Formats: sequence, structure tokens, C-alpha cells
Amino acid sequence: MADAVDMAIVDKGIDDSIGKLTPERIESVIRRVLDKESGARLQVYVETCVRCGLCAEACHTYLSRDKDPDYSPVAKVKATLWEMTRRNGRVDGPFLRNAARIAFTECGTCRRCSMYCPFGIDIAYLLSTVRRICALLGIVPQYMQDTTNAHSVASNQMWIQQDDWIDALMWQEEEACAELPGALIPLDKEGADVMYSVIAPEAKILAQLIGNMAILMKAAKVDWTMPSADGWDNSNMAMFSGDYEIMGRVERAHWERAVQLRVKRVVMGECGHAFRGAVYDGPKWLGWRGPPIPMVHAVEFYYELLSTGRLKIARKITEPVTLQDPCNIVRGRGLHDKLRYVVRALCEDFRDMDPRDEHNFCCAAGGGVINCGPPWKLSRLKSIRVKAEQLAATKAHTVITPCHNCHSGIEDIIGHYKLGMHTKFVNELLVKCIEMPGS
Amino acid sequence: MVNPSNWDWSPGRKLVADVNDAGPDFVVRELAVSPDGERLAAAVQNGDTHHIRVNGQLEPQEYEKAWHLRYSPDGRLTALVRRNDQWSVLVDGQVWEEQFDYAWNTKFSPSGSIGVQFKRDMRYSVAIDGTPWEQSFLSCRDFAMSDDGQSAAATVQVEALPEADIFKFLQGTWSIAVDGKAWDRKFLNAYTPRFSANREHVAAQVRLDLFEYTAAVDGTPWESRFGCIWEPTFRPDRADLLVPIRVDGGWTLAENGKPIWNRKYVQLWNQRLSPDGRRVAAVVATSYGRWTVAVDDVPWKLTFGNLVAAPVFSADGHHVAATIRTDAQWSVAVDGAVWPAVFDMAWEPVLSPDGSAVAARVETGGRHALAVNGVVWRPRFDRLWDPVFSSDGKKLLVRGIDDGRYHRQVLPVQEVIG
Repeated sequence: MADAVDMAIVDKGIDDSIGKLTPERIESVIRRVLDKESGARLQVYVETCVRCGLCAEACHTYLSRDKDPDYSPVAKVKATLWEMTRRNGRVDGPFLRNAARIAFTECGTCRRCSMYCPFGIDIAYLLSTVRRICALLGIVPQYMQDTTNAHSVASNQMWIQQDDWIDALMWQEEEACAELPGALIPLDKEGADVMYSVIAPEAKILAQLIGNMAILMKAAKVDWTMPSADGWDNSNMAMFSGDYEIMGRVERAHWERAVQLRVKRVVMGECGHAFRGAVYDGPKWLGWRGPPIPMVHAVEFYYELLSTGRLKIARKITEPVTLQDPCNIVRGRGLHDKLRYVVRALCEDFRDMDPRDEHNFCCAAGGGVINCGPPWKLSRLKSIRVKAEQLAATKAHTVITPCHNCHSGIEDIIGHYKLGMHTKFVNELLVKCIEMPGS
Repeated sequence: MVNPSNWDWSPGRKLVADVNDAGPDFVVRELAVSPDGERLAAAVQNGDTHHIRVNGQLEPQEYEKAWHLRYSPDGRLTALVRRNDQWSVLVDGQVWEEQFDYAWNTKFSPSGSIGVQFKRDMRYSVAIDGTPWEQSFLSCRDFAMSDDGQSAAATVQVEALPEADIFKFLQGTWSIAVDGKAWDRKFLNAYTPRFSANREHVAAQVRLDLFEYTAAVDGTPWESRFGCIWEPTFRPDRADLLVPIRVDGGWTLAENGKPIWNRKYVQLWNQRLSPDGRRVAAVVATSYGRWTVAVDDVPWKLTFGNLVAAPVFSADGHHVAATIRTDAQWSVAVDGAVWPAVFDMAWEPVLSPDGSAVAARVETGGRHALAVNGVVWRPRFDRLWDPVFSSDGKKLLVRGIDDGRYHRQVLPVQEVIG
């Protein structure tokens, strides 16, 4: 039985909108998605599942909720998409309220369950389809919808004004130059080898990460640039809210900026979902098989700089560290070995989690779950007790999180479960460890 | 309007400036070359002060910041500069009298007008040729100028939006302002304002509901609604409006609200019109992951895997070229045929007036070169700017830097293509 406290959570984005729906509209939207947007893939998944339940043990929500069957992936699909399909779209408001809670807040689309499904069914895709239905019906958690609105207006997820973006870059250049003279942030440099793109929180609340990257670029002698205009934010919460039209608009802006600047490749900051949006979901919706210009996640970039000797390590972090494998760059891209190469290069006392690599548990913040905001925070933390246990077992002081969602989500876990740890991006450790030019 | 016929088209090469002359105390931040190639400007930094150099001469003014160095089409040098913590626009050595808390996104009209977005007292607006609009807004995210530079239209926020108020957002908080006056109607979003050639009309993409898009002309949305649209384009000779529209999961081109192309594409964007307005070329994906150019709804047979950039018409409207990237290499396609040479990078093609010659700057192995009709000219450069054809199409102006020295060179096209 699902948690009664969570079921009672009031979210204006869901509750206020459901009352405005008519049965005809609900049916028509569900039929549209099932018949016109989903096609054979959905049908194959729905018809292939034999309800074996092997996916259950893969799910951090199920494990953290004392193996309550209602939180198993198959149960989440049963309570949502299967019923919509079985009833030909004739479902009501209370049903949709439950479905929205499950799809947006109890599944982070981390895809761990697909690895445990004997048929490899992409269960995250099925729950994303539920999100799409909810989005078309206008029932999306308030804070997630607000983030999507920010994307639609500002082409970034935090409503950042264009002048504030430029100002942040100039400010961070000054900060970086104070640490390493000449650590400039070249703006709009045509033909650069690298365009560096970030997610909006780096400009708004974690600007030092941009300054750090200027230091790393200078130390590694990289020909790079950052765009001064819209298209700089590679994040995409519209991908998770089910607003694929805004998702496409945001991704188009990002890629057209890169094409306009004629950069050889795009390196993106430490974010997992943004990688998924920019490399997979966004291009696919727009008609590209992949990114039109190569894209490299920061972890892969750091690996390249360290393994080729362009960055040299002068000192190592001595305190014990552990590492969070972000789902979208590890399960989604297989960067776990490169990530460990980087971490071992930087840290003397690295304590891996168990399970790890592509089997690691999600942080429960990804997939837009953390963007559902304050109403759902406690629910999210109840769903991730297994991560707290994993972290505590390492007895590490620092959790390295090369993903913004992981970073915020694990900060929350550390606070809620009183683990006494702190989180760091790789970028923050690198600037402490590298050999600075001229030193 | 700029008239290249008045430029020096005598064949030959001349040294204009040496970038290295700036000296070790100065960091060269940006470079810009005038359209006629006679001037090389540099934004340079010496410690905390920023300066502008033109043809090696340091201009006397100092700035706290100087960036976004651009030449206008009529050859005036502009930069965004900050003094006393206030931003303004530098035009040929003179800073606008108007100062702003911030100014950015310099744009030029074909006639030579200079526009920027600005912020003052936490309000946003647009200034053209040094004159700010009287009206200001809660935000402003884009603007366009009419061809004659006499009018501007901007995407503006006209209603305050309390934090996370998703319901007020649905009522519309954005609109388009023309010369400072916002349209009466508000939208969830408004994007990419565009003027008709005679500047009597302004069109934009508008979002009427979360999943309902259309184009609006002078504030009035088309009656037709679509799942998604991209930026509008007026036909140059009249007020008819072309917009890519998404219908039932496929894309096609609409004019004045109705589809005018019969084919449906996986994607369609970056439509461009021939100068006479009769032909339309657009980037299309004919199938998933295969890109090309369609001219009047007829896609080129050759398709490309990575990307096709916006097409370019020749002045006579008979030829179309576009940069392409396929199998991780760049090249140029012209009228459906691709150059045999491939590059690490290729920039937007430039067509001679009759379209018989197509030139582009290209890069291989970190060195830049000029290619014409697929033939790569032997000299290599550290940096090149777009080539310019003479009005008879027989000569090319080449503007490039090698070993720190910037040269202006005029050469017969035949010298490249043989």
C-alpha cells in the first residue's frame, strides 16, 4: 500500500488542474499519445511484460520503502499506463492524480530496472509516456512546470536574464584570473576547438564552477569558448515534464549556437540529465540521430586531459572519498571506468560504493524528481534510504558527484540521514590538485 | 547602404596590420575586420584596462571592459564598452551618450542602423542608434530591426510573474513590442519577431496554450493552431508570411496559416527566400537522421547525416548552397551536389552574384584556407574572414591573418579554380 502521507501531498500543479478536466478531454489526450505518439515500441513493451516482478529488486524506491510491492516498477506501470490502455483512456481525476504522483515523484527514469528485466523493457520510457500524458493534460507538479516555463521563456531553467549570464561570465573570469593569470573566458569565439556549455545553476548559484573551468582550460591550453547568448544552457527539464515541444526548442537553441560558432565539439559541465537531453532525447525529437556536433561530458573531458598529460596532478586529496555514478552518464553512456580513472588520479583514499558502476543506485533526485520541489522532498528522501546506507558503509568524508542532480540529491540525503559527509564536483577537486602553469 | 563597387578591387596583396605589434603587455581578446578589408580592429586588455586598436593604432580611450567587437555592414566599428560601471556602445571611436546598467546583443539593419538590448534600473528595453525606447519592460529577450533601421520589435515581458506562479503564466505574460509599444495581446511565449520588408508588419511565433502554437501578425494570431512552429519569414515583396509548422508529428511549410508544401518532413527549419521572394529553400530531414535542403518542396536527392546549416541563395535566385556535416566531416553542397573535398570545419558559403562560383572558408589540420567551387586555394592562414565577391563575380576579396600579419588581398576567381 503506497504511503498515505505521500498520497495526501497537495501539489497545485496537479490538484488544481485536475478539476478542470473533462472525461472527453482525458480520453482524447490518452488516445492521442497511445495511438499517434507511441506506436509499436509501447505496444511491444506492454505486451511483452510477463509480470514476473524481477524489476522490483532493481528499484531504489521499492527497496527503500521496505519492499512494498506498490513501489515496484511493474506496479507503477500497472497503476498507470496499463490501466490507461486497458480502459481505452477512460480514466478519471483521482486515477490521474495517483498516476501523476507515481510517474513524476516515484520514478526517476533512472533505467536501473531495465537491466533487471529479462526482456530489457524500458520501463522508464513507459513512465515517461505517463508524464507526457499528464503534461498534455496540464497536470505537472508545480515546481517542475515552473522550471519548464523558465526553459520556454529564457532557454535556461532558472529564468536567468541575458545580462546576468554575461555578467556571471565576466565575474568568473576575474575570479579565475586572480587564481591563475590569463585564465580568460573567451566569449563567442568562432572556430574554437571547444564550446563549453553548462546548466543554469552554474550561473545562478554555483558560478565558481565556471571559474574553475577557466582555470582548467588555461592549464590544459585548450582553445575554448562560451556563448554569450541563449543556447548556453544545456539542461532540459522539459524532457522530464513531458513537454517535448519545449524540450526540442531548448535543444535546438543549444545546438544551433554551437553550429553558429563553428566549434569542433561541445564539452558540457558535470550534469547527467543534461547529457541525456543534449545527446539522446533532444536530438532524437528534432530528427538528428545524435548530436550534430560531437559532445563530450566533463568526466570524459577530464579523463582526456589527465590521461594525455595535458593536466598534471601536483597533489592529491587525502581524506576518504566515495563516488556517485550518475545514471545518465554511467548506465546511459558507460563512463564509469573513465570516472574512476579521474577519481583515482585525484584522491589517495577512494572507497567505492556497492553496488557500483552501471548497477549503482540513482540519487533519487534525477529524472526531474528533485525539480518537483518542496512538497515532495520528504517523499523523495523516504524513497532513497538505500543510498544513505550505501554512503554510510563507505565511511567516506566526501561524496564526489559529477552531476548537479546527484549533487543536490545527495546533499539532501546527507542532511536527512545525518551522514556527516559533504559533496564535491570533480571540477572542485581538480583545481586543488593540478599543477598550475608557472608554479 | 554599403556598396562594394567603391572598394579597391585592384588585384594584389597588402599588409594592413601586424597583430603582434600589440606588444607583450596587451592581450588580444577579439579581432574584427572591416567589410572592405581595409581595417583590422582588436579589443585588447592590459591588466584591468581594455582598449581598442585599429590597424595597429591604439585608440586613446580606456575602458573597464570592451568586447563584442563588430563591424557594421557599412563599415563602422562597434564594441560594447563599460566605463564607470556603466555600459554603452562604441561606434567608430565615439561612445553613445546614453549609458546603461547593461547593454548587449548588438545587431545591425541592412541600412546600417545599430541596435542593442539594454537594462536600466532593473527594466529592459531596446536602443537604436543611441536612442532608447521610452518604454521599458520587465524583461526583453530578443529584438529585430526593420531593413531601413527605422523600427525595432522586441520580445518583452509585459506582466510580472510571481515566483512559481504557473497559473498566471498560462494567462500570458509575454508579448511583442514595436517601437516600444506592446501588442495588446499577451501570450505564454513570443519568439523571433520579424519585420516585413516595408516595415508595415511584424510577425512572431506565439504560444497560446501549453501545447498550442501559431504565428501572429501585428498582434493577431493566425486562426490555425499547430503543435509546434519555428521562426517566421515574410516574403520580401509582400506581407505573406512563411512559417514551418508541425502537424501530426511531421513538419511542412505554411503560408498565411495554410500549408503550401505537400511533403511532410521529419524536420523543417531555417527557410530562406530568394531575393525576388519566389523561391523558398529550407533545411529538411527527409527521414530520421538524414538531412538536406528542399527548394520549393523538392528535396535534394543527396542527404547528409550530421547536419545541414541554413541555405544561401545567389543574388539571381537560381542557385542554393549550404554547409553540411556528414560522417563527421564538413563540406559545402551546391544545388544538390556536394564538393568532393571535406574539411575539419567549413563556414557559410558565399555565392557570386550569378551563382557560378561558391566560396567558403574552410579549416583542415588547424589551418584555414579559402575554397572555391570545391577547389582549395593553396595559401594557408591562421584565421580567415568570409570572402567577398566583386559585383561582376570575377574577383575575390580575401581577408586573412598568417603568422600574426593581417593581409587584404584581391585575386581573380580563376586563380583559385584554375
